[in-house]
Amino acid sequence: MSANVIEKIKSEINADKVVIFMKGSPESPQCGFSARAVEILQSTGHPFHSVDILANPDIRAMLPQVSNWPTFPQIFVEGKLIGGSDILSEMHEQGELKPLIDSAFKK
Amino acid sequence: MVETAEIHSLVEQAFPGSEVTVEDLTGTGDHFQVIVLSPVFKGKTLMEQHKMVYATLEPLKDKIHALTIKTRPL
Repeated sequence: MSANVIEKIKSEINADKVVIFMKGSPESPQCGFSARAVEILQSTGHPFHSVDILANPDIRAMLPQVSNWPTFPQIFVEGKLIGGSDILSEMHEQGELKPLIDSAFKK
Repeated sequence: MVETAEIHSLVEQAFPGSEVTVEDLTGTGDHFQVIVLSPVFKGKTLMEQHKMVYATLEPLKDKIHALTIKTRPL
């Protein structure tokens, strides 16, 4: 059971260059932090893959153990966790986020 | 419901010599902003810094609905 969930999580993490595990969908976020993170990702002008953890309780329960990060949303770039919405905001404000995502899309 | 003082003392104990600011963002005792300036953050990534703060507040995690964290090395 949990092995399947871990496989599912890994395949979601690697589904695109940028992946967000969030509450709700980009069109209809169910939490202020997820909404903010989506807004920032959209501002980079690159597509991203999103996973609604409210619709996937198995992922919601298991991802914090897999990624070693306790809260949602969680944002991955090229399969690597970059943090939650606070870190995403901070990287965005520091001008570090767009270059990171731009370079992921150049590969 | 959590008091800001409770969060403040947990964080302060975990990061001696740090500057800690805790704000109840909604006045409802479950949405908080925690700002921690600490010498122990020196040389650590933001992810590592935030993880350390999350770990400190682990005992309160079922009572806190939303947590905004800001950290800086001091």
